[in-house]
Amino acid sequence: MTSITAPGRYERPSAFSFLGYALGLTLILWCLAGAGFSLEKMATAPPRFADFLDRAFPPNTDPKTLQRLGWKMVETLQIAVAGAVIGVILSVPIALLAAQGLVAGTWVNQFVRTLLGFIRAVPDIAWALVFVVAVGLGPFAGMLAIAVDTIGFCGRFFADDMEGTDKGPAESLTATGARKLDVVACATIPAAMPAFISTALFALEKAVRSSTILGLVGAGGIGIELKVGFDLFDYPTAMTVVLMIAVVVIGIEYLSGWARNKVIGEQR
Amino acid sequence: MSDLLEKTAAPARPLDTGGLFPPVSAIDIEAQGVAKSFGATPIFSDVSFRLARAEAVALVGANGTGKSTLLRCLMGLIPTSSGKVTLLGQNASSAKGKALRVLRARIGLVSQKHNLVPRLSVLSNVIHGLLGQRPGPRHWSHTFAPVASREAGMQALEKVGLDGFALRRADRLSGGQSQRVAIARAIVGNPEILIADEPCASLDPAAGEDVMELFFKLAKDKGVTVVFTSHNIAHALQYGDRVIGLADGAIKLDATAASLRPADLRGLYD
Repeated sequence: MTSITAPGRYERPSAFSFLGYALGLTLILWCLAGAGFSLEKMATAPPRFADFLDRAFPPNTDPKTLQRLGWKMVETLQIAVAGAVIGVILSVPIALLAAQGLVAGTWVNQFVRTLLGFIRAVPDIAWALVFVVAVGLGPFAGMLAIAVDTIGFCGRFFADDMEGTDKGPAESLTATGARKLDVVACATIPAAMPAFISTALFALEKAVRSSTILGLVGAGGIGIELKVGFDLFDYPTAMTVVLMIAVVVIGIEYLSGWARNKVIGEQR
Repeated sequence: MSDLLEKTAAPARPLDTGGLFPPVSAIDIEAQGVAKSFGATPIFSDVSFRLARAEAVALVGANGTGKSTLLRCLMGLIPTSSGKVTLLGQNASSAKGKALRVLRARIGLVSQKHNLVPRLSVLSNVIHGLLGQRPGPRHWSHTFAPVASREAGMQALEKVGLDGFALRRADRLSGGQSQRVAIARAIVGNPEILIADEPCASLDPAAGEDVMELFFKLAKDKGVTVVFTSHNIAHALQYGDRVIGLADGAIKLDATAASLRPADLRGLYD
């Protein structure tokens, strides 16, 4: 045995730390109050939720309803895929302008990054409202909303991916006298391609999730069926919609995960 | 060592390549009072030398003495803090934009890490060496490249013994094969100057020896001026006609390889 003693388990916080903890706790309580947090409502919610489930089950499996909802789901996927693909394609040149040290100067980089930040700050449902006003009700407004939302997401991450690539190949091509655009096309983009594909697959997953609710504001897709189901208290149909959305979104996530593993596997 | 350094240090003089070297018909590379610092940290200063056409020069020195930085300054990949670099009779220090690209297209670079684009084919990587002379999307991939460029790429691969690997992905090659492809990329445009930054540093001794032999055979066959850095003293003396030693931020040695012994170079690493 030695005479060494272990230090105390707890240290008394400094006055500054204590003030920080107190401020943090106050902030959380303030947010809960602003969000209308109510223990009473929490206590009464489970019976109401059970009542909803009781009225929603069994889901509506009428063949005509399933056929109508199925086509709406197909439209939802069309909106998501078309919007995501257009968004991903447009993101590449925008990301080139946003990435530092590639083809544009610092001021252009900052301007484009700020613009991408603004696009991301506006939720996809708000973009859908804007495009419903601009091009009218229907799936085209939804597709445009998804495309813009995808540009905000992919534009930023594509730029980060390109900035993070190994600079060696680009320097070697620069040394041959190649132009900036040639260097980017031959060295930077191929090096960033696995990250591009991974980001694009995330964008597709996000687009599918978003497209299921765009119908709530009249921008096409299955969301409108969800709204009508709840508005008319047709909970079995609403439950069918919820389950269809869940199956499709989970399926897309699995598909995307498989594709991502294939790409990363090839890279190894 | 210090006696030798003082004896052999060669001040740049007009119309010749240095105090110890005979006058020549053409000077391909000239550095006049070149200095480089990163922020407040000086790397080297007052570096001056002249390299004659078809001369092979080994740039030696300990880690951190600025050999690679000097090579980058020579190619205009990074700006010098002061001084002037003249390449192939043109002022490289002041060249910008297209003028600099045209100048670079006459030079080949081989890097320590090979710097191939991993996901692309070997032939595409080699054809990229022509981008300075033939810019544009047709040279982004061997698939779209004109017949003449594809043939030039295959000839370069044949010279490095890898014409059978044209369609293999670059990241499926061994280290020695990668460096050979990098050499093919450097020579495909028939450069007048070849610059190699520790070309065999990442290779095992046998592969390194093969790469050095091949590199200098190709360079000598074409009468190309070569500047290479190396930590391998034997390589510096075997492959260099001349050795320039950097230490303490300045040139401490500039002599013909034939006049030096390995012990003379070891002092640069003390």
